[in-house]
Amino acid sequence: MLLIPLLAMIRKDLLLFLTDRRAVIMSFVAPIAIASFFGSIFSGTEAERARVTVALVDHDGSTISQAIVKAAVADANLNVTSPTADEARKAVREGDITVGVVIPKGFGDSAARAFFGGAQKPALTMWYDPSRGTELGLVRGIMTEHIMSAVSQEVFSGPTGTRVVDDALTNLGQSGLPTDQQRRLQDLLTSVRAFNQSAPAGLASGGGGAPVGGITVPYTVAQEAITSGENVAYNGYAHSFAGMGIQFLLFSSIDLGIGILLERQRGLWKRLRSAPLSRMTLLGGKALSGALIALMTLLVSFGFAMIVFKVSIAGSIVGFFMVAAACALMAATFGLLIASLGRTPGGSRGIASLSVLMMVMLGGAWVPTFLFPQWLQRATLVVPARWAVDGLDAMTWRGLGLSAAVAPTLALLGFAALFSTIAVLRFRWEE
Amino acid sequence: MLEVRHLKKSFGTLTAVNDVSFSLRAGELVGLLGPNGAGKTTTVSMISGLVAPDEGSVLVGGAPLAGDTDPKKRKIGLVPQDLALYDELSANANLRFFGALYGLSGTGLEQAIERTLTLVGLADRAKDHVKNYSGGMKRRLNLAAGLLHDPDILLLDEPTVGVDPQSRNAIFDNLEQLKAAGKALLYTTHYMEEAERLADRLVIIDGGRVVADDTIAGMRARVPSANGERVSLETVFLALTGRSLRD
Repeated sequence: MLLIPLLAMIRKDLLLFLTDRRAVIMSFVAPIAIASFFGSIFSGTEAERARVTVALVDHDGSTISQAIVKAAVADANLNVTSPTADEARKAVREGDITVGVVIPKGFGDSAARAFFGGAQKPALTMWYDPSRGTELGLVRGIMTEHIMSAVSQEVFSGPTGTRVVDDALTNLGQSGLPTDQQRRLQDLLTSVRAFNQSAPAGLASGGGGAPVGGITVPYTVAQEAITSGENVAYNGYAHSFAGMGIQFLLFSSIDLGIGILLERQRGLWKRLRSAPLSRMTLLGGKALSGALIALMTLLVSFGFAMIVFKVSIAGSIVGFFMVAAACALMAATFGLLIASLGRTPGGSRGIASLSVLMMVMLGGAWVPTFLFPQWLQRATLVVPARWAVDGLDAMTWRGLGLSAAVAPTLALLGFAALFSTIAVLRFRWEE
Repeated sequence: MLEVRHLKKSFGTLTAVNDVSFSLRAGELVGLLGPNGAGKTTTVSMISGLVAPDEGSVLVGGAPLAGDTDPKKRKIGLVPQDLALYDELSANANLRFFGALYGLSGTGLEQAIERTLTLVGLADRAKDHVKNYSGGMKRRLNLAAGLLHDPDILLLDEPTVGVDPQSRNAIFDNLEQLKAAGKALLYTTHYMEEAERLADRLVIIDGGRVVADDTIAGMRARVPSANGERVSLETVFLALTGRSLRD
């Protein structure tokens, strides 16, 4: 007896959904289109990886500065151009260049003299796009490596180094250092001069290559992207479809909530309430139909991604469906929440859309949450979309097992319980 | 069949219904009349279970209605003032859904759909989407939806608002057939000629209270005739409820 009205409510809502062309497009076509776009951006291969654009302005022209420029040009992470200072500054302001680096006149000589301490350190000017602070950090690190390599190589083996060491030894008495430290520095510089005199000429080539002199980074890096398995490339479409799937699944929940408000406005809720049905049956029927539509939205999106973009459930298939079902239930109960707190369909749609956009933005559906500040990363644990995206990522490209699906599933079911409790308590039953 | 006892309902400081009592027998059509804001719709809402009364009770077949899931609610059919239909679905799909809410399924449901659509003259348009219906057709389908589960009591809240004379007449014919079949009908309206044509008895409410409960002849007898002519029902209504605007 209870099953007949419950199934009828689900069937009716599915019929209404499928006859609404706008709803179908928004639920199936839009997430696929947007996720495909985002996926294509974040799925570049190593060869296609975006380089940081840097303008290097060499006002020095010394052996050291030339070695720095040469090393930077050869660096796989940078796309280096050599404009004038004015052009570089203008390009940064207009967003065409991320960082502009100016090597001032006398930089090489001053850097070499400052290498052993005491002398004034030369200033390297960096202009940067304030909207791309993260890339500034990358450029600073890379430039530090190349400058240290070039300066130390010249100091230990080049003509500038010989001159600098000779000068330093001559002026040691004026350095202001205590006598015992002067004696030790004199021993060091004497050793460096002896080393320079014994080394073959013309080694100051700067950056890369064999360690023929100077300071180099004392390690190499063996990089491996940890994906679902060995030699399995990261598929950025998996994350994009998870993020966009969740976003549009939540949008479908807005339609569910607004649908209830419209039913109330059109007097249909009177018919439902006048039937001998419990409140739980009425809300349960709505929640189940909403969850089914949400699940369809998610599964159709992922189905498309699997066929077209070779996204796979590299982790637990059971876990994937657990997370997907919990996402759908969370979204459906969010729809009930909208219906219980909303007054009019028009007013509620605006507030609900804003809530969903905030939720998906903070949940990492647009940009990964690791880009957020630490406090925000912790704060977003109270956002259901965060658990949804993390759970789907875990089951797809991360290739984690069933146990990794448990926490996101429980969290999402917890949110569903919270939303439905508030919805039941706040729902306006009287007409 | 239906007995309303001392119903009272307030919304905040406003008392919408105050000690309303009346009864409705099988095969009888009672007209529930009153000015705007008199408490007619709130009374119908309490009878159909949409609103819980603050005081009083609604008895169906001698037993009080108790809660949302009371099986006695199956004996009541509601025809709301709004066109409570899904425009995007066909008449068939609408009725299949509304019937299932009362537990109808399978052949029983199909037969009920055919019976009610035939009664309201929409059998040949059963597969059409409701959005393609005229206002009168929607009103008739609205009536059919309330009749689908074959209730003994039918609550009709202004069921002819905005329809043409042909559709109104068709609805009247339907209601007369139902009355003849022994159904009890409670009919709220602002149209005195409708009440005059259909009602066996009138209950007039004003300010949330019953100001008169009588047959049409009894109502007329309450207002003296100036020149021996029959007093119109509208004159009686205005005499009982006053001429001040209520909006």
